Amino acid sequence: MRLRFLAPVLTFAAIAAIMWYALFNLNPKEIPSEMISKPLPEFDLAAVPDYGPALATADLASGKITLLNVFASWCVACLAEHPFFMDLKRQNLVDIYGLNYKDTPDAAAQWLSRHGNPYMRTGMDIKGRVGIDLGVYGVPETFVISADGKILDKIIGPVSKDIFDTRIRPFLQGTGS
Amino acid sequence: MTRKRRRLYFVLAGMAILGVAAALVLTSFQDSLVFFRSPSDLAEKPIPVGRNFRLGGLVEDGSVEKDGVIYQFRVTDLVETVPVTFKGLLPDLFREGQGVVAEGHFNDKGVFIASNVLAKHDENYMPPEVAESLKKAGQWMPEAKN
Amino acid sequence: MVAEIGQFVLILALVTACFQGVLPLIGAARGNAPLMHFADNAAFVQFVAISGAFACLTIGYVTSDFSILNVASNSHSLKPMLYKVSGVWGNHEGSLLLWGWILALFGFAVALFGRNLPDSLKARVLAIQGLIGVGFLMFVLFTSNPFERLDPAPLDGSGLNPLLQDPGLAFHPPFLYLGYVGLSVTFSFAIAALIEGRVDPAWARWVRPWTLAAWGFLTIGIALGSWWAYYELGWGGWWFWDPVENASFMPWLAATALLHSAIVVEKRDALKNWTILLAIIAFSFSLLGTFLVRSGVLTSVHAFASDPARGVFILIFLIVVIGGSLLLYGIRAPMMKGGGLFAPISREGALVLNNLLLSTAAATVLLGTLYPIFLDAFTGAKVSVGPPYFVSTFLPLVVPLIIAMAFGPFLPWKRGDLTGVLTRLKFALAAALLFAGVVWWWQSNAPVMALVGMGLFAWLLVGTILEWAERIKLFRGPLTSSWKRLVQLPRSSHGMTMAHIGIALVVLGITASEAWQTEHLGVMKPGEQISVGGYDFQFEGAENVAGPNYEALRGTFIASTGGGKGILMYPEQRRYTNPPMETTEAAIRPMLTADLYVVIGDADGKGGYATRIYHKPFISWIWIGAFVMFAGGALSLSDRRLRLGAPKRARSPGAKEKALTGAKG
Repeated sequence: MRLRFLAPVLTFAAIAAIMWYALFNLNPKEIPSEMISKPLPEFDLAAVPDYGPALATADLASGKITLLNVFASWCVACLAEHPFFMDLKRQNLVDIYGLNYKDTPDAAAQWLSRHGNPYMRTGMDIKGRVGIDLGVYGVPETFVISADGKILDKIIGPVSKDIFDTRIRPFLQGTGS
Repeated sequence: MTRKRRRLYFVLAGMAILGVAAALVLTSFQDSLVFFRSPSDLAEKPIPVGRNFRLGGLVEDGSVEKDGVIYQFRVTDLVETVPVTFKGLLPDLFREGQGVVAEGHFNDKGVFIASNVLAKHDENYMPPEVAESLKKAGQWMPEAKN
Repeated sequence: MVAEIGQFVLILALVTACFQGVLPLIGAARGNAPLMHFADNAAFVQFVAISGAFACLTIGYVTSDFSILNVASNSHSLKPMLYKVSGVWGNHEGSLLLWGWILALFGFAVALFGRNLPDSLKARVLAIQGLIGVGFLMFVLFTSNPFERLDPAPLDGSGLNPLLQDPGLAFHPPFLYLGYVGLSVTFSFAIAALIEGRVDPAWARWVRPWTLAAWGFLTIGIALGSWWAYYELGWGGWWFWDPVENASFMPWLAATALLHSAIVVEKRDALKNWTILLAIIAFSFSLLGTFLVRSGVLTSVHAFASDPARGVFILIFLIVVIGGSLLLYGIRAPMMKGGGLFAPISREGALVLNNLLLSTAAATVLLGTLYPIFLDAFTGAKVSVGPPYFVSTFLPLVVPLIIAMAFGPFLPWKRGDLTGVLTRLKFALAAALLFAGVVWWWQSNAPVMALVGMGLFAWLLVGTILEWAERIKLFRGPLTSSWKRLVQLPRSSHGMTMAHIGIALVVLGITASEAWQTEHLGVMKPGEQISVGGYDFQFEGAENVAGPNYEALRGTFIASTGGGKGILMYPEQRRYTNPPMETTEAAIRPMLTADLYVVIGDADGKGGYATRIYHKPFISWIWIGAFVMFAGGALSLSDRRLRLGAPKRARSPGAKEKALTGAKG
């Protein structure tokens, strides 16, 4: 009859196991980029019309830590992170550069006029060439770029305040790995 | 009444209540589970007319038409689009281009009759189901464009 | 500076909690009095330290110190003072700090009021409280630090979600947390009893006030939350069976069951293992609630902060606390024999029925809440379990519960007589049938459930009053002797009567408002008049007005019943600037017989406005009933026997209990 008393803990173990599974598998997994700590590939891109200046590799070796955000007007998750980037710009916490990925100039410009422009510079990667060099395979992705233009980290999916605090802020404070 | 028999009564009563509860749970699960579908899901696997489900996606730009308290708009995941009709007051954060979840059913003309358009508390909030289904559709997009 | 002090005292509290969690346990095992008494001091220090941390964060908010990240992201210098203060706990980090503070508050209260507890029991209870505190403070410090700095400080904050800027919601979390965390005390008592290997009537009597307090706060907390949803969300609903609401409802169900089963332990020395298990489950539900809300595993209209990393921490915490305590239960409970069985028809039999129904109801709610996670985990299908599920499983369990509620108090302990009770309840039965009949005659097209609901209301109300009248022998002798009995009877018994009447009122409110609500939805032009629920609503027009931190479209309506003076109502549609957001402010006129509820929507461009008008009969009684229940709990808590004269534990416990090693006489 001892089993009777163990029933509650066994039931709980089953629930906990499912929750554990749910917690890890229902959230996107992190995939580290092979590009981390490598220099950025060479590119020189035209700006989204009216949302310049244009973006080239040299611009990202800016002497301070910056973010390179890959976005597209057709990407919904980008919409989810966009207000946060607008916030960052307002607070002037970090410079953000926008890499417009597989988009059309008109759609990108319209999207930026509608939702606001948080970017210092923008570059259009219409064919997705730079994306391939950068190892982008989904939008949005956000790269943390060092003062001398090297990739420090890559964040897959929308950047939220919490992700910013845990993944990006340490770099800005000079405590990041 | 012996001790054993009394105990039996309580065990039986407990079993009876649990049994009734289990029966209730099973029967009501059958008709009160509300599935979530994106427009692409619906194109792939249509849902019968009259069956209740949740439709999620973005409110298509420029699609909202209003006639008094009757709203017509289209929900899209940028691949497929579904026309929706809703009678009532839309939640505060209902916007074109923003995520939305509507509960309701199809009529025989293929229009989604929303009984409820779910409110969000926060402008930045994207219902996770919508974000996920859109991501699926969205990552599929660049290939479709090239 | 304030943030650093807050951070420092928070670390101090964590260190204190570590000692509080370990030393008294050692002391209790070895019979070392100084180590056991250390628990009291530690509980005091921990309370003072967390109070300090809480004060620091509050100062940060009140002075709008935007160099603190938490303040910058959740406050704004233009916000009214009330919401600057409530903003402290209106966000993830702050609300957890509040949780921790209340936990320390309860620990301190046990140390303060538990003077008559045996040293070893008290030391163990406080140690368990300390261990829970360690887990929570670590959670706060490592994953959700409210004192993190922001450099450079922004000029102004980003504001608090306007929906949360509301007096109902300002006080909803503190009450809810007082309830959630109050259950930690009962939990600690249960674990301490498992360690000691004994549960007896004295134990039940010590636990009862804590359970009662937690239950009362939960009741008020849930009521405030549903009231907020009712008037702030602007769609007239007050309960959505949303995961977050269920998260607060399940602990309430468990606490209600616990309250009743503890009486059986107290009076009859039976149902001990079950009571211990319930105490563990009730607190587990509280933690589960926190997990569900904070981890983002379940999505919900209420979720305002969620993050998987925090979810992992909470889940580990849950596994340690719940899994550990249930394992301890599995090992120790079989050794705790005790109490007899009893006749099915008796007070204790009725209480067992109550427990069976309540815990089954809690289990069905749990299943409905977690089912979407299960299905997603196994099949990837996204579903939501809608209100129909909860209504069709929950109601059939509640109906017999309410029928039994009128019965139970009539039954004597040990052995009751059903026919005798039935004859004494014949008035209640007559009242129920008569009332349902009158309602049917008056509203012949009423749904069956409405008649059942109204009948149950009358049955429970009259049955409860009859039992109360019998207890004070009303009209069985001179009124003066009844008065004497009324005064002499323990307050806890009057508290029970009140709480049961509260339930009856809630049943009335729910039934009437669900069954006879009328509504009008349509475009109205200024000057237009519409009749809803016997009231004429005249739309006077709409204008733009400015509030302290918003602009609003305000409509003016006059509701009248033909005769008397009209009631002015001003529904608004507000546009807040920080953060930019729109909210609907319904105009509500609560009255005892019905609420009038008016919402104004967009202009249609042709001079009209979309409007929605509800007439909701008796809906206020839902919250009045909840308050009466809370008042009943408070009355019961003020009982002298519970406060002071908690009896000393019997010197020589039963032989069966002594069989267990380590039992202290």
